[in-house]
Amino acid sequence: MGEGPFCREFEVLSGDFYNAGRVSTDIKEILRQIGIAAPTVRRVAIAAYEAEMNVVMYARRGKVRLEVSPDLVRLVVRDEGPGIENIELAMQEGYSTASEEMREMGFGAGMGLPNIRKNSDRFAIRSEVGVGTELEIEVKVPSAEC
Amino acid sequence: MTLEEVKRILECEVITGEDRLGMEIKTGCGCDMMSDVLAFIKADSLLLTGLANRQAVRTAQVADIRAIVFVRGKRPDPETIALANEMQLPILVTKLLLYEACGRLYANGLPGCGGN
Repeated sequence: MGEGPFCREFEVLSGDFYNAGRVSTDIKEILRQIGIAAPTVRRVAIAAYEAEMNVVMYARRGKVRLEVSPDLVRLVVRDEGPGIENIELAMQEGYSTASEEMREMGFGAGMGLPNIRKNSDRFAIRSEVGVGTELEIEVKVPSAEC
Repeated sequence: MTLEEVKRILECEVITGEDRLGMEIKTGCGCDMMSDVLAFIKADSLLLTGLANRQAVRTAQVADIRAIVFVRGKRPDPETIALANEMQLPILVTKLLLYEACGRLYANGLPGCGGN
């Protein structure tokens, strides 16, 4: 890989269940082509997919920014939406505010944010009710992978 | 266990990936909630689910799942089949319910995704 981080930004649209997951699969393919090993790519892809689904299901729109440097993959997911009232509660496994429609799509098990944290080496979440939510997700790339 | 053996044990119809039935499956996971799948499934697993939609295929792609068996006779729509073909993901359908499908594979030696 060359000097400086590789950066790319993706748009995610609310309610677009047809394309939901496309950004995450694109990110996965980019990381695979860069040469990052499969277990690390899988962690990033799972975190990205959960974050993307949250934007599709809850927000009005959102952006995913991917930054790749030799030792770190960083995702910043910003959305405009209702925000999260109680982050501590939302981080608990099994807690969900999903609608029936979201559950029919296979989501709403209350594992989204916990899954993102589990697959990150560093995870930060900021949210303002009525404005939106920002996630920072960092996954370390073990040396000699990239 | 190979996908060919899965097909025989679960009396499956093959929807996509007929040419990939020789592939080896290491573990299996039965679940209808995709976030639970993402939380618990191991790479190179077989997913058994009744959720026959695009999200199941996306979940498989993201989590390095090797193939999907749709249970309870659930047939994916043409768009889901097209996405699976694009992803080169084998899809099989069995009329068995989730419990019995998982039980048959477990009894034939395919372990689950629990433990480390």
